[in-house]
Amino acid sequence: MSKNDEKNTENIKLPFFGIPKIFPYVKQYRKQMLFMLIACFGTSLVDLVLPLFQKYAIQNFIQEESAKGVWIFAAAYLALILLQIICFMYWARVAWVCEMRIGRDLKRASFNHLQTLSFSYFNTNAVGYVHARVMSDTAMIAQILTWGLVDVVSWTLVYLIGACVVMLFLNVRLALIVIAVVPIVVLVSFLLNRRLMDANRKVREVNSVMTGKFNEGIVGAKTTKTLVIGDKTYNDFSAETKEMKRASIKAARFSALFISVSTFLCSFAVALVMWKGGNLTAESLMEVATLSAFVTYALNMVDPITELARTVSDLVGVKVNIERFTKLMNTEPDVKDTDEVIEKYGDSFEPKKENWEEIKGDIELCDVSFKYPDGNEYVLEHFNLKIPAGTNVAIVGETGAGKSTLVNLVCRFFEPTSGKILIDGRDYKERSQLWLHSNIGYVLQTPHLFSGTVRDNLKYSRLDATDEELYEALEAVSAREVVDRLDGRLDFNVGEGGDLLSVGEKQLISFARAILADPKIFILDEATSSIDTLTESLIQSAIEKLLSGRTSFMIAHRLSTIRKADIILVVRSGKIVESGTHEELFAKKGYYYSLYTRQYQDEASVEILGGNNK
Amino acid sequence: MNKKQSKFGPVLKFLPKALPWFVITVLSSAMITVLDSITPQLVRMTVDSIIGDSKPDVPKIVMWVVEKLGGIEKIKENMYLIAITVVAFAFGSALMRYISRASGAKGSEIYTETMRNSLFSHIQKLPYKWHVANQTGDIIQRCTSDVNTVKTFISGQLPDVFRLVFLIGFSSYMMFTMNWKIALLAISFVPFVFLYSMLFNKKIHKEFGKADEAEGELSTIAQENITGVRIVRAFGREAYEKDKFEKQNNIYTESWVVLGKTMGWFWGISDFVSGFQMLSVIVFGIFCAASGDLTEGEFIAFVSYNGMLTWPVRQLGRLVSQLSRASVSAERIAYILNEEEEKDMPHEVDMPDGDIVFDNVTFSYSPELQPVLKNISFTIKKGEMFAILGGTGSGKSTLVLLLHRLYDLDENCGTITIGGVDIRNIKRSSLRSKIGMILQEPFLFSKTIGENIAITEKSADNSEEINEKIRYAASLASISDEIEAFADKYDTVVGERGVTLSGGQKQRVAIARQFVRENEYIVLDDSLSAVDTETDSKIRSAIVRESKNSTVIIISHRVTTLSQANKILVLENGRVSEYGTPAELLNNGKTYSKIYELQTCVPDSEINLKGSECNE
Repeated sequence: MSKNDEKNTENIKLPFFGIPKIFPYVKQYRKQMLFMLIACFGTSLVDLVLPLFQKYAIQNFIQEESAKGVWIFAAAYLALILLQIICFMYWARVAWVCEMRIGRDLKRASFNHLQTLSFSYFNTNAVGYVHARVMSDTAMIAQILTWGLVDVVSWTLVYLIGACVVMLFLNVRLALIVIAVVPIVVLVSFLLNRRLMDANRKVREVNSVMTGKFNEGIVGAKTTKTLVIGDKTYNDFSAETKEMKRASIKAARFSALFISVSTFLCSFAVALVMWKGGNLTAESLMEVATLSAFVTYALNMVDPITELARTVSDLVGVKVNIERFTKLMNTEPDVKDTDEVIEKYGDSFEPKKENWEEIKGDIELCDVSFKYPDGNEYVLEHFNLKIPAGTNVAIVGETGAGKSTLVNLVCRFFEPTSGKILIDGRDYKERSQLWLHSNIGYVLQTPHLFSGTVRDNLKYSRLDATDEELYEALEAVSAREVVDRLDGRLDFNVGEGGDLLSVGEKQLISFARAILADPKIFILDEATSSIDTLTESLIQSAIEKLLSGRTSFMIAHRLSTIRKADIILVVRSGKIVESGTHEELFAKKGYYYSLYTRQYQDEASVEILGGNNK
Repeated sequence: MNKKQSKFGPVLKFLPKALPWFVITVLSSAMITVLDSITPQLVRMTVDSIIGDSKPDVPKIVMWVVEKLGGIEKIKENMYLIAITVVAFAFGSALMRYISRASGAKGSEIYTETMRNSLFSHIQKLPYKWHVANQTGDIIQRCTSDVNTVKTFISGQLPDVFRLVFLIGFSSYMMFTMNWKIALLAISFVPFVFLYSMLFNKKIHKEFGKADEAEGELSTIAQENITGVRIVRAFGREAYEKDKFEKQNNIYTESWVVLGKTMGWFWGISDFVSGFQMLSVIVFGIFCAASGDLTEGEFIAFVSYNGMLTWPVRQLGRLVSQLSRASVSAERIAYILNEEEEKDMPHEVDMPDGDIVFDNVTFSYSPELQPVLKNISFTIKKGEMFAILGGTGSGKSTLVLLLHRLYDLDENCGTITIGGVDIRNIKRSSLRSKIGMILQEPFLFSKTIGENIAITEKSADNSEEINEKIRYAASLASISDEIEAFADKYDTVVGERGVTLSGGQKQRVAIARQFVRENEYIVLDDSLSAVDTETDSKIRSAIVRESKNSTVIIISHRVTTLSQANKILVLENGRVSEYGTPAELLNNGKTYSKIYELQTCVPDSEINLKGSECNE
C-alpha cells in the first residue's frame, strides 16, 4: 500500500499545498463560508473582550469595593456570552455542513470519474488503493480545508492578532515582549508536529503489517497446527507487536514533547509580563488591572499557538491527499468514445438510445495485434477471425494462460493496439461503449453480486424486469429452487458481495442475471466451474438452448461445454496456438489433444467417484 | 463454555505489568495540576502583596522562602525573581506533562502488546474446531478494533478519570479555602453539567452508530463498484452505479450533517452554562468584594480556578458514557480468551513408532449431523505406501484430520492407534511433527519462497546450510526451475504483497516444505491435484527415494499414483467399499477398476463423459 502511494504521487507537484486544485469544489459554498468566517470572527472577538470585562470588574467593583451598576455589567456580560454562543453555533454548524458537503462533492466527482476509467486502471491499481482515493482522501481534504480555515481565522488571525493589538493599546513595550515569543513557539511546535506526523505514519504502516499477520495467523491456523510451527509464527508476530509498541511509544513521545514544549515556551511570555509588568506597576506606570489582563492574554495564548502549529502541519499533510485526488481526476481512460460518437450515441451516463442500431452479433477481427498497456510483449499478432452471428466460440487453455484476452478485446474493455474489430461490419469504435455493453451478457468465474436483495441483483441487467420475468430467468438456469429456499425469496438480502450465499448459488444468480438481459453476445468466463456437477448437468441444456442464435464466447475448462462449440481456440502462454473444431483439433494430436486427454481422465474419474455418492 | 468466567477478567489480567507506568501517569498528572494552579497563586500574591500592600495570605513555607529571598520589598525591587519562579514552575509542569504522557503511552503499549501477543498465541492454540466455527473477519475485528477501543480507554480515558477527579477536587478545594460561599455557587453547577453531558453523550452515541453505518454502506458501494468493475461495464450500468452512489452519498452526508447540528446544540448549551456559571461567580464575587469579603487577588485567582473546573466536568460526563463502549469491546475480547486452548496433557506420551490402525471408527462433526465416517477399520503398515480413493464427501479428508488430532474421536466411537497407543494419549505436538501433512490447498505465509520452504526450521538465520537444504528440497519438489526464473529467486515474496503463485506452484512449495522436515509419516491429501501427471510421478518417486522408511499415505484419484501403492482403500459415503492391494482390486469391476481402465486407455475423439465406450 505505502509502496503504491509513493509510486503514484511522485510525478505530480502542486503549489500552495495543492489547494487551488480544490477551488472548483469549494466555490459553491463560498457564501456560507464567508458568513462562517464572520461568525468565527465574532466568537474570537468576544474571547478577546471577555478579559477586558474582568479587568473592568476589578477596576470598578473590586477595587472600589462597590457593587453599584453590577447588574448592567452582568447584563452586558450575558449579552456577550449569548452573542458568542450564537456565533459559535452558527459557524460550527456551517463548518460541519461545508465539510460534509464538500466531501460529498469530492466523493461524487471521483466516483463518477472512476466509472469512465478503463480496465487497465483497475488492473494496475489495487482495490484498496482505489477505494481509499474515493473514500478517505476526499474526506481528509474536506475536513482539513474546512476546519483548517476556521482554525486559522479564529485562532490566528483573530485571536493572536487581536490579542496583540489589544495588548499594544494597553502597553506597547510589554506587548512587544509577548509578541516576540509567538513566532518562536509557532516555529518550534510546527517542527515538532511534523516529526509527530511522520511518527504517526510509521505507526499506521506497522499497524497494517500487524493486522496482516493477525489475518495470516487465523487463516493459516490449520497449516500452523499441522506443521507445528506455532512458536515460529508467534515469534514472527511478537516481533511485529514489539515494533508496533516501539513506533507507538515514539509517536506518543513526540506528541508529549509537542504539548510540553509549546506550553513551556508560552510560559516565558507570562514570566516576562510578570517581571516587566510588575516593575511597571510597582513604579505606578501601569495599573494592576492592566497587568492582570496582560497575564490573562499571555496565559491564553498557549492553545491558539499549538493549534496554529497543528493546522499548518495538517495543511502540509493534506497536500498528499490532494495530489492523489488530482492524479485520479487526471487519469484518462484508455478506451474512449470519440466526440462524434458521443454526439450521436450519448455517453455512459446519458445515452441517446433512440439513435442506437439493432445489433446482429457478427464479429470480425481484422489483422488485430494486441499487447496489454502494462505488458511489453504482443499477445496477439496480426490475428484474423470471422465470427458470424450465432457462432459459439470456446477458448481453452491452462489457468493463467491468457484466455480472457480475446474476450477483453471483443467487449472493448481493451482496444486492439493495431488492427480493427468489426461488429456487424462496422468498426466498433464508431459506436459507443455503452451500446456494445448493453448487448453483452457476462458471467464470471468468480460471480460478483452486489449487496442488496436477490431482486436488486437480478435486475442489474434489466432494470424494468418484472418478478415474473425474474422467475423465468431463474427457471432457465434451474435456480428457482435455490431462490425459493431463501428466506424472503427475491427479497433475500445477499449480504456484502453476496457472501450470505454459497459460491454455487451466487453463480446461478449471476447466470440468471445475464440471461435476463437477453443479450446478442454472451460471455461465459469459466462460469460453471463453481457449480456442482449435478446442477451443472441441469443447466447444461439450458445453456445450450440459450446460446443457440447468439454469438457466444465460452472460456471453459470442462469438456462437456467445449466439444459442441463451433470453433475452439487453444491458448498457451498468452497466445492462440491452435484453432478449429473439436474433431479437427483432436485429430491433430497437438496441444489440445494432450490438454483434453488429461482433463478427460481427471473429470471422468471424479464423475465415477461422484456417482458413488448418490 | 459452561463455566461462567468474569466479563473482563481476561482483559484485566494484562494490567499488572503496565500498572507502574499508569501510576506514574496519574501521579505526574496530579503534579501538573498542582504546578499549573500555582501560577494563578503567584499572580494573586504578586498583585496583592508584592505590588499591592495587603498582608500575604499564603502557607508558611512560601513566607519562609520569601524571607530567605530578602522579604517582600526585595522581591518588589527584583521582579525577575517572580519571572524565574513562573518559568521554573512551568518547566516543572512541562516536565511532568511529558513524563505523564510518555509513561502513559509506555504503559498502554506494554498492555496492548501483551494483550495482542496472548490473543495471537491463544488463537493459534485454540482447537481447529473453533476456527471452523468462527469467521475470520469477526476474529480479526475483535483482535484489532476492539483491542484498540480497550487500549484507548485504558491508556487515555482511565488516567483521565483520575486526573479529572483530581482536578475537580483540587480546584474546588482551593476555592473553598478562599471563600466557601462563592465556591459553593461555582460547585452547584457541577452535577448539572455532568449529568447533561453524560446523558447527551449516551444519546449521541446512538446517532454516531447510525452515521457510521451509513458510511459503511457508502464504503461498500464504492468497494463493490471497484471489485465488480467487469460487471458494471459489461452490463453498461455506469449511470445506475452513479445514481446508487449519489443516493447513499447524500444519506451519509445528511446523517452527519444532522449529527453536526445536534453536536452544535450540545456545545452551544454547555458553553452557555459554563459562561453563565463564570458570570455568576464574577457577579457574586463583586458583591463579596463590595462587602469586603474578598480581596482583589483572591478574585483573580478565583476566576482562574473556576476556569479549571468547568471543562473537566464536561469531559467526565463524556468518559462515563464511553465506559459502556469499552466494556462491550472487553467482552468481545474475553470471548476469545475464555475459550480453552489445546494443551499437551501430563498423561500423554511422545509419538511411538509402528503401524497406524483405525479400529471401527465412527465420526460426526457434531451430534446433530449424520456421521461422515461409519465403522471404518483398516491398518497402515509401517513403511508402506497407502492410497485412499474416494469422491467428494466420502470422508477421506476427515480421516486425515482425525489422524492429526485436529478433531478427536468421541468415547465409544472406535479407536485410532499408532504402534498400539491410542492417539488421544499421544502429545499433539509430537504427533503432528512426526506426521507431515500436505494439504490440497496449501497455505503459504506472506514471506519469501525460501522462508516458506524452511518454515519448520527452528533457526531463522540465513546460513548457507539452510539455503542448501531449501534448494535441494525445491529441486525434489520439481519447483526449483520456476523459482530460479523469478527475479528475486528464493527471496521472492509470495502472497498479497508479492507474486501470486498458481495452484500447482503452491502445492509444490508445500511439498518442498515437507522435504525440509524429513517426516516418518507423510500424508498427501490430494496435494498434487494441480500438478501435471508427469511431474506428479517425478515428485512421488522423489518422496519414496528420499524417505525410504517413511510411511506414505496418499489421497488421489490418479491411477498412476494409486497403482504404486501397497494398499488401496476406497471410501464411499463414509464406509469402506474396497480395501486391498492394487492387483486385488483391479479385477473386481468396482470403482478402482473402472477408474483404472478409464485412465489407462487413450480416448478417441468420440468419447463421452461416461467413459464406457473406452473399455470396449
